[in-house]
Amino acid sequence: MGMTIAEKIIATHSIPQKEKVIPGEYLWAKIDETNASNAGYKLLKKLGIKEVFDPDRIYVVYDHEAPPPNIQIAEKVSEIRRFVKEYGITHWYEFGRHGILHQLFPEKGYAVPGDLIAMTDSHSTTYGFLNAASCPINIELIYVLIKGKLWFKVPESIKFELTGKLPEMCVGKDILLKIACDYGTDVGLYKSIEFLGPLASDMSLESRWTMSNMGVELGAKFAIFEADKKTSDFLKGRTNRSYTPVSADPDANYKKEYAIDVTNLEPMVACPPDPSNSKPIRELEKEKIKIHQGFIGSCTNGRMEDLKMAANVLEGNKVHHDVRLIISPASMEVWKDALKAGLFDIFIESEALICHPTCGPCSGLHMGILASEERCISCSNRNFQGRMGSIDSEVYLANAATVAASVIEGVIVDPRKYF
Amino acid sequence: MSFVFEGRIWIFGDDINTDLLKPQITRVRNMTDAEAAKYVMFANRPGWVKKVKPGDIIVGGKNFGCGSSRFAIGPIKELGISCIIAESMSRIFFRNAINYGFPVLITPGITNFCQEGNILRINIISGVIQNITKQKEMNVEPLPEDSPPMQILKAGGILSQLKQEYMQKKS
Repeated sequence: MGMTIAEKIIATHSIPQKEKVIPGEYLWAKIDETNASNAGYKLLKKLGIKEVFDPDRIYVVYDHEAPPPNIQIAEKVSEIRRFVKEYGITHWYEFGRHGILHQLFPEKGYAVPGDLIAMTDSHSTTYGFLNAASCPINIELIYVLIKGKLWFKVPESIKFELTGKLPEMCVGKDILLKIACDYGTDVGLYKSIEFLGPLASDMSLESRWTMSNMGVELGAKFAIFEADKKTSDFLKGRTNRSYTPVSADPDANYKKEYAIDVTNLEPMVACPPDPSNSKPIRELEKEKIKIHQGFIGSCTNGRMEDLKMAANVLEGNKVHHDVRLIISPASMEVWKDALKAGLFDIFIESEALICHPTCGPCSGLHMGILASEERCISCSNRNFQGRMGSIDSEVYLANAATVAASVIEGVIVDPRKYF
Repeated sequence: MSFVFEGRIWIFGDDINTDLLKPQITRVRNMTDAEAAKYVMFANRPGWVKKVKPGDIIVGGKNFGCGSSRFAIGPIKELGISCIIAESMSRIFFRNAINYGFPVLITPGITNFCQEGNILRINIISGVIQNITKQKEMNVEPLPEDSPPMQILKAGGILSQLKQEYMQKKS
């Protein structure tokens, strides 16, 4: 029996190194990249540990409330800066050079095919779009910071075979929401999801980025694509590291295989209270759902692909007078690209508010928090009750075109009329 | 540390997410776990926290603790909940619990085995679950004895484990 992508990556990182790993077995594995937090720093101090496993492999940025909205957060960021100095961390991104970590770190070339990554944010499945096995952690960060390794239970793998051509105004987000709707938000629980098939290679790298990012909304431990020319073109000039793309063996053991044909896909909208409650836009539009806020940004849909889609819809139109639209490019690189491409002119003319990169609105922590009885249509990743503010507010998830069309009309609408 | 827990159970459904366990308001206001404990299940079951007694047990449905990687165990522990068992659990929530030294057990079939208010006795090491109220018993596969998560749980969490290793070295 051959191995899946996840099994191969875990095997090459296992300590002691194994030729083959089997789903269900427990083992220790070497971690290639991690991040850091002020909590990790405090624990290192408490334990009296003066050195981290590798100051070159720990990437640091503060993105959740960037820049600090209050003194507590300012103290947190200050601790992180002290950590960077005291432990000689190479890669630290001050505000202005920053981005949401899952946008910034790939841009900086910190993940390559075949890497095993563990970071302290649930959307750390993101790096799967670069053919890496990447999972979220929390307090175990301390273990990784000290030892550069982590325990794993080798996951079972499941395969999504993606076929068909993506219809107009549909992107990776819509495929992911359709999967959540059809198979539930626990379809990938404790498993490695591998997105394969002709559409996986046809789709844009940015759409893959979104699908790996939202893999955790399907419960996944990893959410991996194969590497191809789009991957190597992206990495060119961003990293000097050599790497070997990882593919599954032809006789690899997938616990389950799902065939996803997108030919009849429509832009999808996830209604509250979770991403599995998704509906095609044609159906939802009939309900004429009034909105108060639109949000375009986050590690899920704050990239150029999304901003261009939004600009195409917004050009020549104004945001409805009862609605506000907040746009936050996911990193300063995206911010600069959008500025150069003239997208900001379109956004400003449409009377949208352009912010800097931050996780704030998506996570309900600052900038664009919802009041009670307010409703937001958002490009982000979670629509749990109270996610973006008051527990009496509501979040609908959609792609950037649907958000843009909806903020023009003040109700959730099909963006394809703006095509 | 004991690995057998006996207590009254509270049953919750599928997909109990981290925003329900530790709502954003507790983060925006920078609350301690003790303060945040007042908001556990605030949105889906208002008033519940006032009824919880120390030693009570949570029984979850599928995908318990899904969502963000925030440390949702802290406020639950402050409430006095002794252990959580569920049909299935989000991976991050499960690991957070183990790393914090908080007993959890994945128990497929638990929903049909008990009703709210029953008294359960749960052995985390052996995977034996007794329904004292209904006088019946079920077994689930526990974590293997020699697996890293079982060792972490037995050590009382990852910090206790590291403290043992590093504080000993120092002294």
